[in-house]
Amino acid sequence: MDNQTRIDRVTRFIETLNQARELGLSVTDAGDGTLTLCLPYSDRIIGNPDTGVIHGGAITTLMDTTSGCVILCALEDFELCPTLDLRVDYMRPAHPHKPVYARAETYRITRNIIFTRCEAYQEGGETIANCVATFMRIGKEASPKHYRDLIAGDVK
Amino acid sequence: MTDPEILRYTQETGDFSRMLESIPYATWIGLQCERFGDDLIFRLPKKESNLGNPILPAIHGGVIGGFMEMSANIYLIMSRESLRMPRIVDFSLDYLRAGLNRETYAECRLTRQGNRVANVMVTAWQKSRSQPIATARAHFLLED
Repeated sequence: MDNQTRIDRVTRFIETLNQARELGLSVTDAGDGTLTLCLPYSDRIIGNPDTGVIHGGAITTLMDTTSGCVILCALEDFELCPTLDLRVDYMRPAHPHKPVYARAETYRITRNIIFTRCEAYQEGGETIANCVATFMRIGKEASPKHYRDLIAGDVK
Repeated sequence: MTDPEILRYTQETGDFSRMLESIPYATWIGLQCERFGDDLIFRLPKKESNLGNPILPAIHGGVIGGFMEMSANIYLIMSRESLRMPRIVDFSLDYLRAGLNRETYAECRLTRQGNRVANVMVTAWQKSRSQPIATARAHFLLED
């Protein structure tokens, strides 16, 4: 699978997630077991109206989505893997009016579990938050074939 | 949310509408809060834009996290006399069941409050409180 295929699969997948679409998440970069997504700044996700700093919940959603989607960049066939747990450490508030990026990697894949780590940062490279997560492999048969075909791009 | 006047009003009246209206993220996901005696119950009404997995369909795990995180934050503000805003340090979330496309509830418990750090537990459920969809633990820094 080449990187363009990975980008296309993740793009099609996040298109099906209402919340990811509402947030305007987009793919910045993808590789073998790595993925970077971008969260644009928006007034709707502000947590502190005095400073314009976005709420941690939006960062959590960005990191959960990136960690979940990086699995598409690591496995040959699409499998929907539910999140078991997620741990976020907040380093500093995100600067307002600038996008936040999240770069995730799968660092261990077993028959049952996938382990990921993810870093959220802004331009200049300052870390906003770190996240580790585990996902359960329930098998590709757990999602309907038409949905798998849609993500794989086999639907004309 | 840092506006002390709104915080004082909320603490005195138990009416959360002004506070929640002042926080765009809370309004956007639809978070609501009600006080029963000393207890607070947080509510996340069913909302299409909060969905993730379209097959089930299920609420996006990140939204469940954001809902629980903001619940913990508000709970902590209300349980303290101070009008200072606690700052979140870390957040650890266990997903126990899929959050289906229906109303979700959360309640919080202050596990430990020190001088500088507070530890808050959050439980979220849908149909029955005895079958939580997620539990979370958060640390907050209390000083500036």
